[in-house]
Amino acid sequence: MAVNVKEMMNEKKSNQHLLRILEKVAPVFFLLCAIISVLTTIGIILTLLVETITFFNRVSFVEFITGTEWWPFGENASYGILPLISGTLLITVIAMIVAIPIGLASAIYLSEFAPPKVRKVVKPVLEVLAGIPTIVYGFFALTFVTPMLQIAIDDLPIFNALSPGIVVGIMIIPMIASLSEDAMSSVPNSIREGALAMGSTRLEVALKVIVPAALSGIIASFVLGVSRAIGETMIVSVAAGSTPKLTTDVTESIQTMTGYIVQVTLGDASYGSTTYYSIYAVGMTLFVFTLIMNLLSQYISRRFKEDY
Amino acid sequence: MQAASESKHVSILNTNEPDKEETKTIYAVDNFNLWYGDNQALYDVKMDIPMNKVTAIIGPSGCGKSTFIKALNRLVELVPSVKMSGSIKYDDKDIFSPKYKVEDLRTNVGMVFQNPNPFPKSIYENVIYGPKTHGIKKKKVLDEIAEKSLKGAALWDEVKDRLHENAFGLSGGQQQRLCIARCLAIEPDVILMDEPTSALDPISTTKIEELVQNLKKDYSIAIVTHNMQQAARISDKTAFFLNGEVIEYSNTDKLFSNPDDKRTEDYITGRFG
Amino acid sequence: MNLVDKQVVQNKMNKRIISNRIMRQLFFLASVFGIVVLAVLLYRIFSEGLPYLDLSFLTSFASRFPEEAGIKAAIAGSIWLMAVTAPISLILGVGTAIYLEEYAQENKFTRFIRMNISNLAGVPSVVFGLLGLTVFVRLMEMGRSVIAGGLTMSLLILPIIVVSSQEAIRSIPKNQYEASFAMGATKWQTIRRVVLPAAIPGILTGGILALSRAIGETAPLLMIGALSFIAYLPENIWSGFTVLPIQIFNWTGRPQEEFHLVASAGIIVLLVILLLMNSVAILIRNKFSKRY
Repeated sequence: MAVNVKEMMNEKKSNQHLLRILEKVAPVFFLLCAIISVLTTIGIILTLLVETITFFNRVSFVEFITGTEWWPFGENASYGILPLISGTLLITVIAMIVAIPIGLASAIYLSEFAPPKVRKVVKPVLEVLAGIPTIVYGFFALTFVTPMLQIAIDDLPIFNALSPGIVVGIMIIPMIASLSEDAMSSVPNSIREGALAMGSTRLEVALKVIVPAALSGIIASFVLGVSRAIGETMIVSVAAGSTPKLTTDVTESIQTMTGYIVQVTLGDASYGSTTYYSIYAVGMTLFVFTLIMNLLSQYISRRFKEDY
Repeated sequence: MQAASESKHVSILNTNEPDKEETKTIYAVDNFNLWYGDNQALYDVKMDIPMNKVTAIIGPSGCGKSTFIKALNRLVELVPSVKMSGSIKYDDKDIFSPKYKVEDLRTNVGMVFQNPNPFPKSIYENVIYGPKTHGIKKKKVLDEIAEKSLKGAALWDEVKDRLHENAFGLSGGQQQRLCIARCLAIEPDVILMDEPTSALDPISTTKIEELVQNLKKDYSIAIVTHNMQQAARISDKTAFFLNGEVIEYSNTDKLFSNPDDKRTEDYITGRFG
Repeated sequence: MNLVDKQVVQNKMNKRIISNRIMRQLFFLASVFGIVVLAVLLYRIFSEGLPYLDLSFLTSFASRFPEEAGIKAAIAGSIWLMAVTAPISLILGVGTAIYLEEYAQENKFTRFIRMNISNLAGVPSVVFGLLGLTVFVRLMEMGRSVIAGGLTMSLLILPIIVVSSQEAIRSIPKNQYEASFAMGATKWQTIRRVVLPAAIPGILTGGILALSRAIGETAPLLMIGALSFIAYLPENIWSGFTVLPIQIFNWTGRPQEEFHLVASAGIIVLLVILLLMNSVAILIRNKFSKRY
């Protein structure tokens, strides 16, 4: 009747060969998984680099970074990336003008003013907004925001920088709001109480104490927002048009770097043509821009991290 | 320096002291040092833990008693920065020798922790975790092990009707007895207990203490406690740790009634700690 | 002599309190802005799209005529894509998380992997599209197939899954490990029988959210050449395919107004799928929160 557990376990031990092998194989397998992510990065960089080099064998590097005309088709093609960069920056600036004030104000409200009931509604809504696919935002820009703007601005063309810029901004609001709110919420309550106890109003506490204390996290969220705006593709592809232009006029049709890449892959630029390689040069530029922004954001939040 | 030589002196004295009955030593610790990074936590520990007795380890917080008991099943190695020297022999085998499998050691030496730490599984699944891990698959055998272990931990009557409910539904004291049952299920020779009652209410504490008294027949038990009354109530031998050293180690009656060292006396009379 | 003139303080107080009140309202309006946008967006899309949304819309292929256009191929394509992306990204992501949390030593290589993952998360999705186009479609000669799209998507959402899985694993208390090791379990046994079961709700929640990002992604799939006008269902992972967002993009780009209404109907389908996925994630999160 009595079960001898010990003996049974000892018996099993002899045929636990498989287990011993698993014990050795498991870490190797997991390491391989981790290496895939490194390979992805290497793959991205190599892909961009190799094809970009092919591109620069045909087009001069100086023309690429100083040229003011981007016309990659036909006989007298010209590859000056400045119009694409200016289009990208135009969208980014409009987006940040929308996203920074609204995002930061929502963050301040949620962190410093909002009663729990309001938080319970607003936070999930922001999460939903963040989860809406960008193609839906693009559709919204083209079929709602642009017609609305056309009522306000005479002669506004269907494709313009303003509408997608605003919508990219709306898309970024949740990100800035939630990252900034995280930064502000992590300021300890004792600091808040200290300021309130001296007769400060909530507003003064928020603007003079909490925001400065959380500034690194807030700025980092802005920079990340910029990176997101630069890399945004579908909204601008749908609503910004496809005419690269070196302009600061927000009512004109422009093209961004991402928009160009999509346009080429949609069309039938034949494999091996200069136009085909140009998307890698543009992709490389885009990659460098966003990488710098991401590293900057990480640097800011690490370098100026407040320790409480 | 002096303290170290004194403690050695004491332990030598103890081993020479004639015991009424011949007891075998299950753990022989000699000249054992342990560091966390650059901080030394244990100094020249020398201590023999007898078989089928309850050995209590007392001392103020931070004296290294928990570190010591976790060194006995090498669980202390979960801290990455840990370094050790000296020897610990379990059943006459050096547990740090490269050939010695740490899993074998831990299969023979069970452990109960300061805070009850059941897995987020059913009561039944918790108890049979060990046997299942070690390859026992037959449902009938596992059922039998579960019943036996839960009875051993004096928990069977309270949970027999809800074996498949989540262990987190139990009270703190029940959870701790479940952890003891889980530890009994692999039929260890030694049970290490790291302040097993410090997170429990007085009634649960009494139950666990009674349980320890019963388990003593079949198991060697080493128990860390900051509660001196508890040590006096349940243990046969007691070691007093201070600042990482064994100050005094002798029979519990002797240590509490007539300690050799002034510092032991100060501690047990409540002058510090 | 009083250094603080109480009268001046009093006079300023009213102004301060009023500006506090005004700003509070402004901040509130900013927070509500998101709700308003969401409401407008949903109202527009549902009012335009609902009339087009019927059984025949779900069961027809794309068409040159708006009233006959359907979304069957796109739904099937999205499902195929998920069937490839989900297992690959989950295995790679959870594997990476286990490596980083359980096996990795704290050294330069580990720090490099961590930094690499956080930077990968910030790479724009078009760049992943270029990678997929070059490596999977051309170099590995997979063509414009489900598998090429699935692999590209897996790499795209890999960082999200790694980070959420890491969090899930990290939230398991150390005493669970101690309990398992103290019974003589090996590291792998502990991971498989204690860590993974406890972390699975968190891993699933993060995984579903990552997949819902993938199901709405358009750009990388446009680039690897998922077709927007196909009248057949994918038969295997080597088939050509289209997905919901690409179908919507295609309809959005048509000049005819009617196609915008069809696009709205497509968006409703996409949003409903996203809503379902998110609800499942929230259900899992609520069911398993509050443990230990």
